[in-house]
Amino acid sequence: MRKARSAHADPAVPFAFRKPTPGEELIRFDGLIKQFGAKRIYDGVDLDVRAGETLVVLGGSGVGKSVLLKCLIGLMHPDGGSVLFEGYDVAKFSEEQFLEVRKHVAMVFQGAALFDSLSVAENVAYPLREHFKKMTRAEINKRVAEKLELVDLPNTEKLMPSDLSGGMRKRVGLARAIATDPEVILWDEPTTGLDPVTTQTINELIDSMKQRLGATSIVVTHDMVSAFVLADRMAMLANRKIVQVGTPEEMRRSQVPEVRAFIDARRLELNPRGTP
Amino acid sequence: MMPGARIAGHGPSLKERLKERMESLGALSVMTGQVFSRAVRPPYDWASLVFHTESLGVRSLPIALLTATFAGLVISLQFGYFLARFGVQYTVGRVVILTLFRELAPVLTALTVGARIGSGIAAELGSMTVTEQVDAIRALGADPLRKLVVPRVFACLIVMPVLTVFSDVVGLVGGALVVKSQYGISLDQFFQGALDAVLMGDFVSGVIKGAVFGLIIGLVGCFKGLAVEGGTEGVGRATTQTVAITSVTVCLADFFITKITLYF
Repeated sequence: MRKARSAHADPAVPFAFRKPTPGEELIRFDGLIKQFGAKRIYDGVDLDVRAGETLVVLGGSGVGKSVLLKCLIGLMHPDGGSVLFEGYDVAKFSEEQFLEVRKHVAMVFQGAALFDSLSVAENVAYPLREHFKKMTRAEINKRVAEKLELVDLPNTEKLMPSDLSGGMRKRVGLARAIATDPEVILWDEPTTGLDPVTTQTINELIDSMKQRLGATSIVVTHDMVSAFVLADRMAMLANRKIVQVGTPEEMRRSQVPEVRAFIDARRLELNPRGTP
Repeated sequence: MMPGARIAGHGPSLKERLKERMESLGALSVMTGQVFSRAVRPPYDWASLVFHTESLGVRSLPIALLTATFAGLVISLQFGYFLARFGVQYTVGRVVILTLFRELAPVLTALTVGARIGSGIAAELGSMTVTEQVDAIRALGADPLRKLVVPRVFACLIVMPVLTVFSDVVGLVGGALVVKSQYGISLDQFFQGALDAVLMGDFVSGVIKGAVFGLIIGLVGCFKGLAVEGGTEGVGRATTQTVAITSVTVCLADFFITKITLYF
């Protein structure tokens, strides 16, 4: 088992990112506990993510897949356990300490979460203005154009979010997320609500981020087709725990009831009459 | 049954609701402290402050002026009628100006314009919350309080006293016109009596009320907007709650500010 480089459990130690070698453990959720009011959604979630891989987290609606991502970048705080990123326990980080983490970890939200009052260019430039105060306007414009080109949306700088289709919004959301060249990209239900063609386009984009940027991706989804297309490894979240982690082939052959139920339901969806 | 126990199928018990309200009050107090601590530390977002001050102020001016005009007309009619019974209708200018400056202009502006501004802020921030735009601001390395709350709260703090002053003037002019047409008191007589009676403290107390009401409206609107849960239904709930809370809080604050300013 890969070990974290160091355990900087002391939140006073300032976060400093060191580019990991591929395959090395980058993130570890350790005994994570989370509850909303009286409802406990995590009861000791353990999961590790390796540098450069695409890990797909599967699970039914409402099991708390997105919460896992939000705990990593401090949008939510766990009630117990630790979230180690580069060996630093970010679960104990303050909002100010998270600013440094968020330079390296970007999130693509389910509904894209574009700022309605800003143009496409202003949306993509947003993290650059926040993180790189010394960047000139020309440098920002150049970076924005590059990132929009990367997501196949050239010359859309002046459009407003209301002018975009669902798939285009997701791609602008991705361009915004990768504007700072993050090492980790978190994808929250990237293909939910999209037609099959757009779904395929988004899947290709996620894969290209790995190839072009060498980014580590955590994809949260219940779309089994996308999961098998994208994943290096898959993790199944059910009954408040990770019930299985494995390669797509291992998951296909899994006898864990929760995993089997997911795979069989997908088969039934593709072949509803059960004809051979 | 124990006091405060839940009645089956009738929602949260009194004890639970009280606890929830106290927690909300605590969270609002914490947010107020955070807003002021961020407001005094650079960087300052002057552009956003100017934008919100202008947009809230300009959009609210017509309703503020309309309300103040009719308030001036009605109180002049009422006071003119009753003062005439005692043969002292020439003092109507004094009564109208004191009523307007100290009480009616700030309170009516807060209740009409404030409800509109507060619910607008709650709806805007609530929509941003449910569409994860507020989370996105944090994820992209910015501070939602600094970006969204500070400019709106301080815009309210600036706009409300300014609107109060506009309401003072328009209400007074409206009152003067009614008194002239209905009771035959000349404009000179009306304004002379009014200016003789009013002190700087009367004017300032109204402006202070406007500022405090602005602060309440901005803070409550932002707080309810950022606390939205449950999608678009939650946004609707937040806007109506904002109107109710600001109206009640403005009335309560009005009493205490009046009590305090009467000592000076």
